[in-house]
Amino acid sequence: MSQQLPPALVLRGLTKRFDRPAVDGLDLTVRAGEFYALLGANGAGKTTTLRMVAGLLRPDAGSVSVLGIDALANPVAAKQLTAWVSDEPMIYDKLTPLEYLEFVAGLWGCDAATAERAAHELLHSLGLAAQLHERCEGFSKGMRQKVALAGALVHEPRLIILDEPLTGLDAVSARHVKGLLQARVAAGCTVIMTTHILEVAERMADRIGVISAGRLIAEGTLAELQQQNGQGDTSLEDMFVALVENAPAAA
Amino acid sequence: MTRSASVTWFAGHEIRLAWREMLGMLTAGRRWRTRSASIVLVAFVLFLHLPAYAVVGRFADVAMPLDRSSLIVITASIFLAWALMLSQAIESVTRVFYARADLDLIMSSPVALTNVFSVRIAAIAVTVTLMAMLLATPFIDVLVIGGGVRWFAAYAVVVAIGMSAAAVAIAVTVGLFQLCGPARTRAVAQVISAVTGAGFVIALQVAAILSYGTLSRFAVLTSDVMAAWAPDAGSRWWWPAQAMLGDVAALLPLLGGSLLLLGAAMAVFSPRFSDYVASVSPKIDARKTTARAFRPGSRQGALRRKELVLLWRDPWLMSQTLMQLLYLLPPALMLWRSFGEGAGAFIVLAPVIVMAAGQLAGGLAWLTISGEDAADLVATAPLPSASVTRAKIEVVLILIATLFTPLVAAMALVSLQLAGVTALATVIAAASATSIQLWFRVQARRSQFGRRQTSSRIATFAEAFVSIGWAATAALALVVPTVAAVTALMTAGVMALTWKISPARA
Repeated sequence: MSQQLPPALVLRGLTKRFDRPAVDGLDLTVRAGEFYALLGANGAGKTTTLRMVAGLLRPDAGSVSVLGIDALANPVAAKQLTAWVSDEPMIYDKLTPLEYLEFVAGLWGCDAATAERAAHELLHSLGLAAQLHERCEGFSKGMRQKVALAGALVHEPRLIILDEPLTGLDAVSARHVKGLLQARVAAGCTVIMTTHILEVAERMADRIGVISAGRLIAEGTLAELQQQNGQGDTSLEDMFVALVENAPAAA
Repeated sequence: MTRSASVTWFAGHEIRLAWREMLGMLTAGRRWRTRSASIVLVAFVLFLHLPAYAVVGRFADVAMPLDRSSLIVITASIFLAWALMLSQAIESVTRVFYARADLDLIMSSPVALTNVFSVRIAAIAVTVTLMAMLLATPFIDVLVIGGGVRWFAAYAVVVAIGMSAAAVAIAVTVGLFQLCGPARTRAVAQVISAVTGAGFVIALQVAAILSYGTLSRFAVLTSDVMAAWAPDAGSRWWWPAQAMLGDVAALLPLLGGSLLLLGAAMAVFSPRFSDYVASVSPKIDARKTTARAFRPGSRQGALRRKELVLLWRDPWLMSQTLMQLLYLLPPALMLWRSFGEGAGAFIVLAPVIVMAAGQLAGGLAWLTISGEDAADLVATAPLPSASVTRAKIEVVLILIATLFTPLVAAMALVSLQLAGVTALATVIAAASATSIQLWFRVQARRSQFGRRQTSSRIATFAEAFVSIGWAATAALALVVPTVAAVTALMTAGVMALTWKISPARA
């Protein structure tokens, strides 16, 4: 069924240059309903790529298509289907989690009653039931990250982009988040996630892409990557280190 | 490292931080070369000599003995400067408790914390004094050039009141800690800091209105009642005024007393400072709100609601707003007191209201337009960025309309022309100040807006000039309409120039 849908994300020749090329003619396709992990060393271009997809950065060249919509020509329509969560949770200290989710739902034009139900469910499932009416100013980083994640999910996005979403979360919270994301994927949603925790990518991702110097240097399922790299029992960590160390340097 | 060496080293560290903070204020956080910033600073101080000459040039020949009224005016001016320095010092002390990123490092380091915090208290006194010195230099220079070297004593008076202001600020903040607890002290101190500077002038204006029916604070200071109430010419109360005029016999005890006060503050509070700092828990008391259902509405409506809630819940902003509203108290009082005396008595109110509206709109616009804690969220939301900006501007204008409509409506009962001109100029001043903040927007989190140093200096000055310009235009439009056209054109010219040099145009 998912094969009939347009790909969740198609990047062609995506390029962004700061003082050096951050993303260098990147081609990437993520299928609808897929859990895709984007891996790379620090400064490889993962966050820049995802920020361009989310509409936070304008590419110097190339195209971005989100579920068949040209995101550069029609950013509002693409954003309606997308959610973005960064590693640094950006929420409002003076709002409560429920008020924050009400604001997000309002921005995405959701029905108030439906959004309220979804907000309560999300916050309960993320272990924030006791803090529904507390202002976020006293929250720990993990709690803030959970509020930001709930905000990303409350408007029922079809493409969820997460940049290091498990940073700062304790083991129990991380498990909650992973469960929530897997449930969304099971429901047909697409998740693209960067992470430095390779075990998470290994366990959760349908496909894994490895990026270095702004270019995709390897892509496939875990089994495909193991096959491409010669040994069937090589761990993702060993493959990742070998790929990154052997990748050509940036131009 | 020896004890004296560590204190000296830490003092150097504090001076470097203070200098960079001052540079940050001047350059609005942008990267400037120290030399360029210094040149701009010197040029600015040189330029200030012109308005300083206009204000104090004619007083250069003033010498002892003075009559009581003159002593009262000089003493009140010194007290005003002290109140402003106290306001700045309270703000600095609060930041030492709550906002300095290096506290964890310092408190976990193997140094004597009493010495470290003594140095930090001294650094606050030095910073406050230097800032005051910078602003006072043009005025004192004009007095020295016109009245002789005896006026150099005024610099020593600035040092004395700077030291005493820092000492009192520390006592006030520590007192608040004991009274309100660490969680509330920050907000209360911010309000006190904001109100302290303006409170004295406003109190004088309120007294002048109630007693003499005028906005001029000098009416009270130079009144016979005040002269009769004031102490004899030989009283110690006049030491600051006498010291300023070059009386060494008054200056030395003033300096000695201030130094003693600062030393006492350092001796008493430094040993306990680490306890106070440690009691500021990074965990803020959870504040709860009452449950209510999600409200339906447009996307812009959600943005407007969010902005209004955030503004309402921001204690720093509330203190700033409170200060702006305090400035409106004297004109409102005058309007109430002189009601029925004809439109002529109220013309003076028009510029005050217009000026306050412009300044308040600028402050609100700066917070709503530039301050966004969830910039990524708003940027990834499915609505054009122009809609986001429009919603934020609407919030500013709604607040300005809410605050100023009652005053303008009261004016309409006196004179429709007066109310019409004031309303029009208020709208233009608010729109102008908002536009300037829009042209110079610097996206940052609100938590970084503890002070307006993230805002461009050019924007701040342009906003002030434009507010003054529209205020003058409003006043002149009621008295000499042809001249009002000239000031309106000049103000429009300032707007055009500001747009031309703004980053938005680039």
